[in-house]
Parts: sequence; C-alpha cells; structure tokens
Amino acid sequence: MDVKNLKDYLHWLYYQYLLITSIYVLEPWEQTLFNTVLFTMVAMVIYTSYVFVPIHVRLALKFFSGLCGGQQESTVALIS
Amino acid sequence: MARMADLPRNGSLTFQTSQDHSKSTTSKNGFHRSCQENGISNGVHHRSRVTEGFEQPPMYVAVFTYLGFGIVTLFGYLRDFMRAVGLEKCHVAQEREEQKDFVPLYQDFENFYTRNLYMRVRDNWNRPICSLPGPEFDLMERVTDDYNWTFRLTGKTIHGVINMGSYNYLGFAENNADFLKTVAETTMDYGLGVCSTRQEMGNMDIHQELEELVAMFLGTESAVSFGMGFATNSMNIPALVSKGCLILSDELNHTSLILGSRLSGATIRVFKHNNMQSLEKMLKEAVTNGQSRTHRPWKKILIVVEGVYSMEGSIVRLAEIVALKKKYKAYLYLDEAHSIGAVGPTGRGVTEHFGVDPSDVDVMMGTFTKSFGAAGGYIAGKKELVDYLRTYSHSAVYASAMSPPVARQIIRAMKCIMGQDGTTVGIERLRQLGENTRYFRRRLQEMGFIIYGSRDSPVVPLLVYMPGKVGAFSRAMLERKIGVVVVGFPATPITEARARFCVSSSHTREMLDKVLHALDELGDYLGIKFSRRRYIDELDS
Repeated sequence: MDVKNLKDYLHWLYYQYLLITSIYVLEPWEQTLFNTVLFTMVAMVIYTSYVFVPIHVRLALKFFSGLCGGQQESTVALIS
Repeated sequence: MARMADLPRNGSLTFQTSQDHSKSTTSKNGFHRSCQENGISNGVHHRSRVTEGFEQPPMYVAVFTYLGFGIVTLFGYLRDFMRAVGLEKCHVAQEREEQKDFVPLYQDFENFYTRNLYMRVRDNWNRPICSLPGPEFDLMERVTDDYNWTFRLTGKTIHGVINMGSYNYLGFAENNADFLKTVAETTMDYGLGVCSTRQEMGNMDIHQELEELVAMFLGTESAVSFGMGFATNSMNIPALVSKGCLILSDELNHTSLILGSRLSGATIRVFKHNNMQSLEKMLKEAVTNGQSRTHRPWKKILIVVEGVYSMEGSIVRLAEIVALKKKYKAYLYLDEAHSIGAVGPTGRGVTEHFGVDPSDVDVMMGTFTKSFGAAGGYIAGKKELVDYLRTYSHSAVYASAMSPPVARQIIRAMKCIMGQDGTTVGIERLRQLGENTRYFRRRLQEMGFIIYGSRDSPVVPLLVYMPGKVGAFSRAMLERKIGVVVVGFPATPITEARARFCVSSSHTREMLDKVLHALDELGDYLGIKFSRRRYIDELDS
C-alpha cells in the first residue's frame, strides 16, 4: 500500500513538473529532449560541485583560519 | 453639479446621483407597472457596494508562467528551424518560393503563436457539439493522430456533458415544445428568411412589436433591433461618431466595440479598466486641450463601456461614470451584451443594478444572443437617436432584417422575464441565476481559487495562469464530462490564462455540485488553488 502511495506521489510530482514547466503541451520526443538537456545540466552542476566545492571550501577554511587563527595566536601570545 | 465639488480623490464617487433619479424613473412606458407585476419594485437603489476583486497570485506563479512560455517558445523556434531546413513537413500556410522577396505574410508573432503554441492545445477549443446547448449537451468525440494538426471524428458521442460555457444565463436556449409554441406559429406564418433590409421589404409588424417591447423593458423612449449582435456595435459606433470626435474606451472592451471605434475614424483613447481616476484624467485633458495639434474642441466625446466584462466578470461602475459624464458633458455608450437579463433584480441590466435612470445613458446597446437565447442586438435611447440610427446605421440600411422566429423568441423570452406571460417562470429564473451565481462563486472562493469579478456577475473567470495547466485543466474536465471554456493569450494578458464559467439558471444544484466537486479535485491535483485570501463569508452580513 505504501509503495503504491509513494508511486502515486512520484507520478503526481512528475505531472506537476510537466505542468509547471509547461512541457506538458510538448510532443513526447520534445519532452525527452528537454528532460535530457535539463538532466545533463543538473548532473554537470552536481558533478562540478562535487569535484570543486571541497577544494574551494578547504582553501577558504585555510584562508580564514590563517586570518583569524593567526591573530588569535598572537593575541594569546601577547597576553601570556 | 455642486455636489461634484467634493469628489473624493480615490476616484470612487458617491452614489448621490442615483437618489434623486430613482424618484423620477419614467413610468411612461409602463415600466413601473410591469416591474410591480413581478413583485419587485424598481428604482430602489439596489446595491451600492462594489464587491470586486482582482487578486494577485503569488510571485512564483508569474515566474513559472513566463518560464513556461519561454520553454514552449524555444521549442517553437526549434520546430520552425526544422521546418525551414526541411527536417519536418510544414502543415500550415507558408511563404511561396516565388514570392520570397515579397513582404512576409506568415512571419509575425501571431502566426508563430498559432503554429507553435496554440496548435499544441488546439483540441480544447471548437469541439463539435451535436445537441441543444442547454445546461447539458452531447459532444462528438474527436481524436488526433498528429498532435492536433488534423482531427478525426470517431463517430461516438459523449452524452450528458455539463455545459459551463454557454451564455445561456436564463436558460432560454431550450427546446421545450410548450415554451416554443409561439415561435413555431410565427415560423408557420412568416417563414424563416426575410431576404430584405428594414428600409426595403424587411420591415415587419413583428419587428415593431419587438422594438416597442425592448423600449418598454429597458425604460427608454425608443429602441431599434438588428440582426447581429457583433454588427450592432461595429456598425453603429461609426454612425454616431466620426473624425474630430473622441472615443474614451475601457481597455477591456470587446472586439466589436474596438472595431466599431476604429471604423468610425474618431480618435481613440483607452482608459484603465473600470478606473475612474484614469477616465476623469482623460476627460479633463480632452475638455481642456481639445484635439491634438489644432486644439479645437472635440465635436463629441463618447465614453464606451460594457455592462459586464466578458473576460473579467467585473461590472462597470456605472453610477460613477454617469456622474463623470454629466460633469464633463460627454456621451455614454453602454454595451449590455452580458448584463441585460442577467444582472439586476428584474433583469434590466446594470442600470437597474445600480439604480441609475436609463435616460442617463445615452446609448444603451445590448444583444439578444445571450440571456434571451436568440440572435441579434438592439440599441435603445432617445427617440431622436434611434430614428437617426434607423436612417444612417449600416446595420439598419444594408443588413438583412431579423428573422421573424428569432424576433418571436426574443419577445417570448422578454415577456417571460417581465412576467407578462402570466407566469412567474421569468422571475424564478432570475432568482435562480442569482442564487446559482452566488453559490458557485462562494464555493470557489472557499476552495481557494482565484476568481475575478463582481459577486453578482454570472461570468466567473477562474485563473489558471500557466499554459500547461490550461490544456490539462480543460482535458481533465472533459474526462469528467464537464465542458468548460479556457481562454489564453490573445484574449487575455499573457500571464493570466483562465477558465471561464458562465452560470445559468438552468443549472441544477446537483450539476453545480458535480462541477464544484470536480474542480476541487482538479484544483488539488493540478495545483491551481493560488488564492492566499482567507475567505470571509459576506453573504451573512
């Protein structure tokens, strides 16, 4: 029963996607084309973010820790 | 005119004018008496509150609507490209090879729109009907094998589809033999065709009878009838105004009014829909500055408005317009195509709805195609006006006179509304229409749809917005055996596609409930319940 509900829900979600993007009115091959293009773009965005975001985050962390951490160390050193 | 000095700045004029006119409502034509027969007195100011709303949808709706149009337009360009390079066969008219250096005929936006956007959802329009278009009708089933380029009839009939689209407000589109007895007799006596114009051999006693009755019904001095409603507007405005005159036209006026205005050669200025500040500003400007360049005063200033706007369901703010027209000495042309018979306690249209004296409206135009279930139109007003139009209007001089059975059907319907046929059928239908309208509108608002228009207008537009949802909505409604009218871009602004329901007195409560149930289901399934208003029950107040 749950599986059926979930299936219905997913169907509904896809239907909403068709309606909201208005590709509901397109012919099936056009819908496929649109979905392929959209899927490729989303996949590329996800892949690039997977590859590059960790590097950027690490660099950013390093930069900020360099700024803040360095200062803190020095202030600590001054106080002590 | 002293009372006009204290006009509030927000543009909503007070309704003081209606008070003193209500006393002097003409009883010359027995208008008073006929109303009393129906048990409702006329002239009492009926409802001064203007309960209208144009609710804005959430922001994301506009974004997705534009996005949807963008995507479909992109694919339209793709398909056009494929047609141009020969990857796909072009089914529609296109430039001929030997005319390729001529001015292009099929490359404007409208052609693009028809070819690439309208064609995809074309199955929702022009569905063939094969029965009386009463509250229910039968549809011929139709399928397409090539995505709406061509249709094929399967030979099957879809029976008992609820009709939510006809302008059959009072249910006079009917085939009850008892009701149509007089019409049948007229057909026996006069036949169907007239084959001549009113000025030649087409002027019959039945036309005279009809015109007298129309004048009596409306409470005007005189009236003239025409064989076609659209032509009544488009051919009579040119007879009334000409070059050197100014037409102030509401931005949502019907095409017939726009065409008539353009044909007249007068200068046309458009004011914002039902917006009195905009109208007053233009009137003021027109009176003070006169014609452009020469600055001569305008010969005539004609304000052209409709009673009930067919796409918005809004009712004109007549009392305010009459006040403005008097203040600036302009003329008023009121098109009551949708409001005559459908609005007002005894069906006399917007003048009765607002308690305005009909003689304050210079040109009262209306059609018989809607509430009266017939064909044609009329113009009513002062005797001089009507006599002038009889002589000079193209519609009177060149158009064939109204078919006698049609005239008889109008007389029958009008007498029924006035209660002159000795029954209470007419007044019951009016009451039923009002009840149905308010019920339908209230339930839709409760369900959370955005609907436009006045509480009393039987035209109920339900906003769908997104192009994909328009097609899906109409198809899903037909699956549930409900016929609806959906309206898209050329007739409405691009972001405001809608479904338009026309409530009829012949709809039973069961039919309306079935429609409302289907709408409730579909509203959730398609996601078209956009309203963010908490509905407050006004009917109790």
